[in-house]
Amino acid sequence: MEWETVIGLEVHAQLATKSKIFSGSSTAFGSEPNTQASALDLAMPGTLPVPNEQAYRYAIMFGLAIDADIAKTSVFERKNYFYPDLPKAYQTTQLEKPIVGAGHVEIELADGTKKSIRIHHAHLEEDAGKSLHEDFHGMSGIDLNRAGTPLVEIVSEPDIRNAEEAVAFAKKLHSIVTSLGICDGEMSQGSMRFDVNISVRRPGEEFGTRTETKNLNSFRFMEDCIALEVERQIDLIEDGGKVIQETRLYNGDTKQARSMRSKEEANDYRYFPCPDLLPVVLDDDYIENIRKELPELPDARHDRFMEQHGLSSYDANILSGDANMALFFETAAKTSGDTKLTANWIMGELSARLNAEELSIKHSPVSAEQLAGMIIRLVDGTISSKMAKQVFEAMWNGDGDADDIIEAKGLKQVSDSGAIETLVDEVIANSDKQVDNYRNADESKRPKMLGYFVGQIMKASKGQANPQQVNEILLKKLNDLI
Amino acid sequence: MTDSITNKKAMHDNTIAEIIAGLNAGEFSSVEITQHFLDRIKQLDSTYNSYITVNEASALAQAEAADKRRAEGNAPMFCGVPIAHKDIFCTNGIRTSCGSKMLDNFVPPYDATVVENFANAGAVVLGKTNMDEFAMGSSNETSFYGPVKNPWDTNTVPGGSSGGSAAAVAAHLTPGATATDTGGSIRQPAALCGITGLKPTYGRVSRWGMIAFASSLDQGGPMARTAEDCALMLNVMASFDPKDSTSIDREAPDYTANLDQPLEGLKVGIPKEYFEEGLNPGTEQAVRDALAELEKQGATLVSISLPHTKLAVPAYYVIAPAEASANLSRFDGVRYGHRCEDPKDLRDMYMRTRAEGFGDEVKRRILVGAYCLSAGYYDAYYRKAQQVRRLIKQDFVDAFEQVDVIMGPTSPSPAFEFGAKGDDPVAMYLEDIYTIATNLAGLPGMSVPCGLVDNKPVGLQIIGNYFDESRMLNVAHQFQQVTDWHQQAPANIDVAGGEK
Repeated sequence: MEWETVIGLEVHAQLATKSKIFSGSSTAFGSEPNTQASALDLAMPGTLPVPNEQAYRYAIMFGLAIDADIAKTSVFERKNYFYPDLPKAYQTTQLEKPIVGAGHVEIELADGTKKSIRIHHAHLEEDAGKSLHEDFHGMSGIDLNRAGTPLVEIVSEPDIRNAEEAVAFAKKLHSIVTSLGICDGEMSQGSMRFDVNISVRRPGEEFGTRTETKNLNSFRFMEDCIALEVERQIDLIEDGGKVIQETRLYNGDTKQARSMRSKEEANDYRYFPCPDLLPVVLDDDYIENIRKELPELPDARHDRFMEQHGLSSYDANILSGDANMALFFETAAKTSGDTKLTANWIMGELSARLNAEELSIKHSPVSAEQLAGMIIRLVDGTISSKMAKQVFEAMWNGDGDADDIIEAKGLKQVSDSGAIETLVDEVIANSDKQVDNYRNADESKRPKMLGYFVGQIMKASKGQANPQQVNEILLKKLNDLI
Repeated sequence: MTDSITNKKAMHDNTIAEIIAGLNAGEFSSVEITQHFLDRIKQLDSTYNSYITVNEASALAQAEAADKRRAEGNAPMFCGVPIAHKDIFCTNGIRTSCGSKMLDNFVPPYDATVVENFANAGAVVLGKTNMDEFAMGSSNETSFYGPVKNPWDTNTVPGGSSGGSAAAVAAHLTPGATATDTGGSIRQPAALCGITGLKPTYGRVSRWGMIAFASSLDQGGPMARTAEDCALMLNVMASFDPKDSTSIDREAPDYTANLDQPLEGLKVGIPKEYFEEGLNPGTEQAVRDALAELEKQGATLVSISLPHTKLAVPAYYVIAPAEASANLSRFDGVRYGHRCEDPKDLRDMYMRTRAEGFGDEVKRRILVGAYCLSAGYYDAYYRKAQQVRRLIKQDFVDAFEQVDVIMGPTSPSPAFEFGAKGDDPVAMYLEDIYTIATNLAGLPGMSVPCGLVDNKPVGLQIIGNYFDESRMLNVAHQFQQVTDWHQQAPANIDVAGGEK
């Protein structure tokens, strides 16, 4: 029997503010534990929160980007629960009056289908610290550097129907927040984390009982986790069991999931408006000024890439989706002067290598300028495509810029027409049979027969002859023989 | 005593205004008067228990520095004037306990803004005064450091939660003290100890560094013997503080500027709800006599109604505990403060730390607050209480369209004996029946001594409109020009043991 999967996502994106949402402490990642925790971050008595306006601006930017209503009045609430890395024992968050209301995000699937995913709301909140369970002789260490880092939590409607849509949606959100510059998008550092609500049902029936898998920090983990959980739920129901509402944890390395707590064990969070923070009231001008300053959004950039760079929708999607990717592409294309070749190299060789080593474009060992430098030499005929692969490999390994590598490796192709003519003449002289065949062949079949001659010439030149020149000279000489 | 024989005031009998004048005139140095108060505290406070911590060394160092500044000719207003801080205000490097075992070992690495303001004004801090645990109480019986005794009768309570500050001022163990008021914690102890206390408009005095009980109600203010002294202290305390998001960005006036204005034409609202059942007849008489005195000064009494008065106590005892239940959750034994011995696991640490660190009244309010906020009860309690709060505020807004100030009793009766209300929290909560509404509305309120019943002080409450502290102080000061209740001191405050 057929099953339908129903998925809703809750996405936490760390906002790229310099200081925390309610204190002046730095939000920089990777510092020594507790070096970025002030008296307020430690929840010392008497300390009071002061909201960071930049966090509001970022949240509003996100809201405008997803065509959402921006709340004129938003209210912070306290979500109460005890945990050692939550110093106040409540999280300051928004519930009844979040800053961003309902909106929507458009996704495009591999087969070109488009779908709109509704956003229920997005709210501002503070991140917790981290509990460290190793190296403390049976105790836990607490690092409060992250405590108070601003987050925007984006809550979707249950509009997602499979893992592919979920990943497309997650990638689109990643694209939006990085394009806006409000989140660095570094998933491995926890800058974006996904909670996935999953249920299954027979098509047309009511929603089934859902489970929530928390804190996924890679698209691939999300895909794997959804597949695993959907299978688990279907097996459970088909075996006569029932899905219970629970929170689950997924381990991407072992590809296993386990229950963290059931609904019965869930906290009563006793939300109420935070009396230390007044409601934030915004006027239209404030919002409109932010709207005016919005950078280019992924959808607009996609269309511009198609129009301006002559890219297909598919290529434009790949190159415009990630803000860093788009920046890389546009920098490289502008420097190299050859958009098509640049696009091909980024989507081909570069992406393949990045994927293989699980690197984001931001951390590409080959910079946009370096790639462009190589493409310039490809276009001006200094190197062949085959040589370019060698140059790319060397750049990837940190051997320097294309010109240095070409020089060092002696990769210059022969573009001296006299030298090439000699080679062509030699090959023609040694290929009587093939020349006869060419001469007698129908004109339409001749271009295909050139491959043999080109191959021989390139071989004779040890791969260094300029293929374009080889083609030109060869064609001229063969035609002279007809 | 030598001083009384020469008919010259003892140093400790001076008001703040008189101390400032004395320091300016070179009658005594800051070191002299500071040492005098420190000696007096050492000698007498075992009777009253009004201080939790006395800062002898740092007080003398501050006094020396003040004398030096004065000699250099750049003495700020409070230069060298000794004061005390309620132990709810964080003091950098000095233990700040909030009257609780939970913070018995807590030494803040920062000053509250109020403390900083006094330091900038040159004040000398004698010590930290006793208080109900986390400011939860109306009798000072909930302090981990033991109850404070009322200097007028050491068998009776000083009121609370700022009972230590009130008793210290009443016993002349400091000329003035800071205090806080969440539901009456400045005004009720001021009334019971026969001193003058002012709770400013919510947002007027920074809450930064003031340990939170109920954040939307807490407000710091001065306690002293006269309205003039309160005005001088409020000049130091009132400031806009960017570190407190609920602080109001509005310039503070000079609160002493209007003290001498005549009361001619003043319209005084008398809410009928403040003179109904439950009011001690002696207290009522003292208040009515005070009102008659003000009429003589040219004020007009206008009968008004604050129809939702009866709902104030129930609404308060939902909102304040609800906020407290969250505010006090940070005391979990993880980062500072009390932690139980040898916890088995996290849960054990939380449970025993909090069971050991908090007293009964604090636990009661945390439980009530958590209950009011819990799923299924929020609408019936918390949301309803907030609606009531808006109605109460509207009562006052309407009233202030007709009158300039509102007056009535501060508390329903004079000081009661220890343990008298110990078994009945609701009876204790009704102590604040006349003071709580102003906190819910965010309005300023004041208590001024206006009589004695069985030699126990009675307080006249003056409620002002938002940011109208100047007018309240003016009214109180004018009242104190024609009465001497504020000048009366308990009989035996110069005798160790305090008893007759």
